[in-house]
Amino acid sequence: MFPAAFDYRSPASLDEALGLLSEQGDAAKVMAGGQSLIPLLKLRFAQPAMVVDIGRLSGMSGVSRNNGSLRIGALARHVDIERNKELGGAWAIFPETAHWIADPLVRNQGTIGGSICHADPSGDWGSVMLALSADLVARSSKGERVIHAADFFKGPFETALRPDEILTEVRVASGSKSAGGAYNKLERKVGDFATVAVAVQVELEGGKVSKAGIGLTAVGPMNIKAVAAEKALVGREPTDAVVAEAARLAAEAAEPKSDVRGSAEFKKDIVRVFVQRGLKTAIARAKGVSA
Amino acid sequence: MKVSMKVNGAERSGDVEPRVLLVDFLRSNLRQTGTHIGCDTSGCGACTVLLDGEPVKSCTMLAVQVQGRSITTVEGLAQGANLSPIQAGFHEEHGLQCGFCTPGMMLVGTALLERNPHPSEDEIRWAISGNICRCTGYMNIVKAIQHAAVAAGGK
Repeated sequence: MFPAAFDYRSPASLDEALGLLSEQGDAAKVMAGGQSLIPLLKLRFAQPAMVVDIGRLSGMSGVSRNNGSLRIGALARHVDIERNKELGGAWAIFPETAHWIADPLVRNQGTIGGSICHADPSGDWGSVMLALSADLVARSSKGERVIHAADFFKGPFETALRPDEILTEVRVASGSKSAGGAYNKLERKVGDFATVAVAVQVELEGGKVSKAGIGLTAVGPMNIKAVAAEKALVGREPTDAVVAEAARLAAEAAEPKSDVRGSAEFKKDIVRVFVQRGLKTAIARAKGVSA
Repeated sequence: MKVSMKVNGAERSGDVEPRVLLVDFLRSNLRQTGTHIGCDTSGCGACTVLLDGEPVKSCTMLAVQVQGRSITTVEGLAQGANLSPIQAGFHEEHGLQCGFCTPGMMLVGTALLERNPHPSEDEIRWAISGNICRCTGYMNIVKAIQHAAVAAGGK
């Protein structure tokens, strides 16, 4: 199996890549690690006239922590995040999510930015971005634009990114010293898409939840931000009853379809269980105790 | 399009269309057929090669993406007549049945021991989790990698 013919460019700089995109528009497709795009090219679901390979641009794969904020370059590979020792504590959700993406071979080549821009409703990073209310930084030859995660995902494989833009960086800020998150994923086997997965991130202040984020994977046409469930947590002490109510609301927000991986009813219930489980882990991590 | 890369230490080059996959470049252009095509849909790991020392799926990579980089295939493991520790491990522990997944398994094992010379059984199982053995010979594959770790001076 091989792709339809395309023109291949491997620009030496981000500016050169952006120049190509502003000339080519929709005809060009950006490739980072290629772990989602190449299978699509091979199956001929995608037949772009040009592939712009940004996979080896330098300076776009770093991870940096500064006070409460975190920046991850779009070209950071899943394996880079999985093994990054800096990403513990408040940011433990990052290595935890990376660990469950696809399989080790894909993680050696696939990137966080590529995965986010691919916007597969079964993609893992999308839910993490929603749970963390991340800022997604897009560049074009006209300049830089920050897109909030909640505005980024538009539908299956569809994002707010314009054809002349490249995602360069993910930025997350934490307003609290005690923050924690968790990613729970159910998959039939390593390498399969998620049956259901849930990303949860909380911040605590004075024993109460000051900020909560919940992102749902593989239970709708795109990654879903469970807004009602988040609101049910904020300003409250995270008692078992409060957590259970948030979990119920998150399951209500899920719109799964029955398929070979399970019935819609089953998947909704897994959302409920994972929100509950994830919140307990996230709260324990935010308090600095092991879950 | 011209492409050149190091394959098992030797400079190799070719003139390929950008759409040519790395696995096809290796097998058809370079006639290095040790790298297998299994599922051809990124699911099985039979086509695993090492890219700058790290295992990747050569069916999910364009040859042109490897321009200037370094590839190790199963043909690059043995030193002349001497089997590499991983190959010797597979030989000693009967780590293969039909042999189709074996090149990928051995390359993943090689990369694992390079990074982690004393892996636990769990770490070995996790490392090979992207590689499918349809004979289901996993027990002996794990033993083969453990054998190689011991032979290479591990515990």
